[in-house]
Amino acid sequence: MKLKTNVKNCKGCGICVEFCPKKVLELDEVGKIKVAREADCIKCGQCELRCPDYAIFVMRDKK
Amino acid sequence: MEELLVKYFRPKLPHIWCPGCGNGIVTASVVKAIDKLQLDQDKTAIVSGIGCSSRASGYLNFDTLHTAHGRAIPFATGIKLVKPDHNVIVLTGDGDATAIGGNHFIHAARRNINLTVVVFNNSIYGMTGGQYSPLTPHRGMATTAPFGNVDRPFDLCELAKGAGATFVARATTYHANLLADLIAKAIEHKGFALVEAITACPVSFGRQNKMGTPANMIKWQRDNAVMVEAMAKMKPEQLEGKFPIGVLHQAEGTEYVTEYQKVIKRAMGSGE
Ligand SMILES: Cc1ncc(C[n+]2csc(CCOP(=O)(O)OP(=O)(O)O)c2C)c(N)n1
Ligand code: SF4
Ligand code: SF4
Ligand code: SF4
Ligand SMILES: [Mg+2]
Repeated sequence: MKLKTNVKNCKGCGICVEFCPKKVLELDEVGKIKVAREADCIKCGQCELRCPDYAIFVMRDKK
Repeated sequence: MEELLVKYFRPKLPHIWCPGCGNGIVTASVVKAIDKLQLDQDKTAIVSGIGCSSRASGYLNFDTLHTAHGRAIPFATGIKLVKPDHNVIVLTGDGDATAIGGNHFIHAARRNINLTVVVFNNSIYGMTGGQYSPLTPHRGMATTAPFGNVDRPFDLCELAKGAGATFVARATTYHANLLADLIAKAIEHKGFALVEAITACPVSFGRQNKMGTPANMIKWQRDNAVMVEAMAKMKPEQLEGKFPIGVLHQAEGTEYVTEYQKVIKRAMGSGE
């Protein structure tokens, strides 16, 4: 698992969707965060850095 | 961020801010700065005034004070005088810090008291319905300026510098990591330190000024903020509408609490 979301805290602002360079993220039918193409995620951290609601996290690599 | 939430936030999320509001990004940068410096949570006070941005203190697990509109700096001054070894961080809005609290702001800068003041500048009174503030751009739209703002805004960083602040910096929520670094530098600085955080209020300022989605407002920050070092090398025509970010001013100066302790010693007859 590369990403973890906290849907309860997501307000559907779309910032993460817009800034994801790999188009991994979408908003679902009720406007909440949905990881649509996790395989494409390059773990760049843009979504986590920019989410104003602390609702998406990039999982750390296990050493 | 997940570990930072556990360590530094009270279990009160989600916060009250609107979808896409930049306040959450600024607050995260404050916490990242605190974590970077490994500040003692029991020796760190966070003080705010009134406004959307000033709600930040309530989410943070430190000694926090949510005070009256415009009065965060006076409360912070009191804490710093009584507990000089504590880190005192003020989180305030553009209205809170420069309108009703404008005098407190300039005089705290003049005194060079060792506080860290983070101004969440969204160019508007967000909480009360989008009235213009002293930082609303000339001709910007606000509910109290339906034909565009007649006033000219303060340049907050120049104001702080002119008033005597010894550390002055600016960043935006697009530059969230830079913002955290600057806040950390401001906390480390001994003297009055201002960090102006340019942040989006999509629901009021953004809507009234047709700035588009929250993501578009962050892109506006990306496209118009220029590192101060790079700015020096740019031609005047390239600078149209741009504003500098980074450390804008740093100086040494006698600090208020240190001076106050000296006067207490003198008054007690124990010399310098
Ligand atoms: C003494 C007093 N006057 C006016 C108000 C109403 N008031 C509450 S917040 C606010 C302005 C907030 O603007 P700003 O500081 O920019 O914060 P923002 O909501 O934009 O984050 C005003 C005028 C008040 N609460 N107390
Ligand atoms: S880590 Fe980067 S690539 Fe992965 S979802 Fe977030 S923004 Fe997209
Ligand atoms: S940035 Fe955060 S709040 Fe906004 S849509 Fe993405 S996960 Fe939700
Ligand atoms: S009104 Fe503006 S500043 Fe206040 S929470 Fe909403 S978006 Fe943020
Ligand atoms: Mg404001």
